[in-house]
Formats: sequence, structure tokens, C-alpha cells
Amino acid sequence: MKNHKPKNAFRKGAITTEFIANSIAKHQVKTSIGAHNIFLGQVRADEINAKKVAAIDYTAHEDMANLKFHEIREAAFLRFDLSCMHIYHSIGNVNAGEICLFVFVSSKRRKEVFPAIEFIVEEIKAKVPIFGKEIFNDQSHQWKVNS
Amino acid sequence: MMITIRYFGLLTEVTGCTSEKINFSGTTIFDVKEVLFQKYKTLKNKDFQVAQNNELNTDKTKITSTEIALLPPFAGG
Repeated sequence: MKNHKPKNAFRKGAITTEFIANSIAKHQVKTSIGAHNIFLGQVRADEINAKKVAAIDYTAHEDMANLKFHEIREAAFLRFDLSCMHIYHSIGNVNAGEICLFVFVSSKRRKEVFPAIEFIVEEIKAKVPIFGKEIFNDQSHQWKVNS
Repeated sequence: MMITIRYFGLLTEVTGCTSEKINFSGTTIFDVKEVLFQKYKTLKNKDFQVAQNNELNTDKTKITSTEIALLPPFAGG
């Protein structure tokens, strides 16, 4: 799958349910696909020292991040028998309860899509230079670290 | 030579900027870090990785780019 070029995976603000629904709808013409799997990352209203996370402000080293997304995509295509794959991540402000990560994989059969989605999400968390500023209700903040 | 240092995430609060140019005469990532530790005393206590040419480097990596990025722990997803 060497013909895939790095794309811009970032979308400003939350990833809307309309955008996700449209992505699914676009695949209805690809009738060799028999299984889709979707991962949605949602901003959690964590409570830390009696303060609640109201939003996360995402920033990134965007060039490096898009290259890493591209490498993860290539690695997933080599490892799993996938028909297509889409990765979108928010940049900027995303409120608690909104979607910040959308990973969408499709294959002829179901067995490929379960391990594929886990592989991709774990790789994103470990390798993509994205940073999250957790903004609390009182406008104070702390920096998120993936666990 | 002049190199540009880019800071991300919480490191922007340590340095008070997102990028700056520094005059640099060393050869490795280690040398860059030494210069920055002199300039920002609290940077040494922070957890970060260094990248150039969109790849993570180690302390021994030679400087081949005029742009170096300091990356705190990742928080995507």
C-alpha cells in the first residue's frame, strides 16, 4: 500500500456525529466490504481535586503527527487485511462529552477489524505528538498525559 | 549556526514561547539540551523527548536540521 500519501488527519474542534455518519454513508458504495469497526475517543469530565474537566484544548506538532499517522496507517495495512482506513483527530477546543478521535477501518470480513482498530488506537496514543490541555470549570488547567 | 527550537504543550509554559532561534555551536541533541537547561533552569525537571526531521532522537543524535522540537508526553486520543 505504498501509494498512500500523508494526509491531514486534524479537524478543528470536535468531530461531529454528522461527520461520522457521513463517513459511514460514503462506504455504502464499496460493496466488497463486509465489516466496519469504529473507535471514538470522547473527552471525559474527569474530576481532579474537586474540579471538573470542562474541555481539552488540543495542540500538536502537526507535520510530525501527520507523518506518524501515515506510518501507523501503512503499518496497519501491512499487518491486517483492510479495505480502507480513516483516522481523524481534533485540534483546538473539544468540550467534555464531545468526540476527539475517530478511527474507522473496513475489511471484507470481521476478524481483521477488531485487532486492527486496537493496534491503530494504541499506536496513536504512543507515537503521535499531540498534547492536551485539560481546562477546568474555573478556567484553571493541567496537561493531560496518556496512561 | 542559528537553529530554531520549537516548544509544545506544557513546555511552552516553561519557556514562555512556542519557538525561538538560538545560536548553537554544538553537534548533538545532548548539546542542545545543555544550552536550553542553562537558559531555563526548570526545564531539567520536565519529562520531554526531542525530535528533528519529524523523528524522535536520542541524546547522541547529531544535529542535521535547523529545527529542533521539544515534545512533552503525548496525550492524543
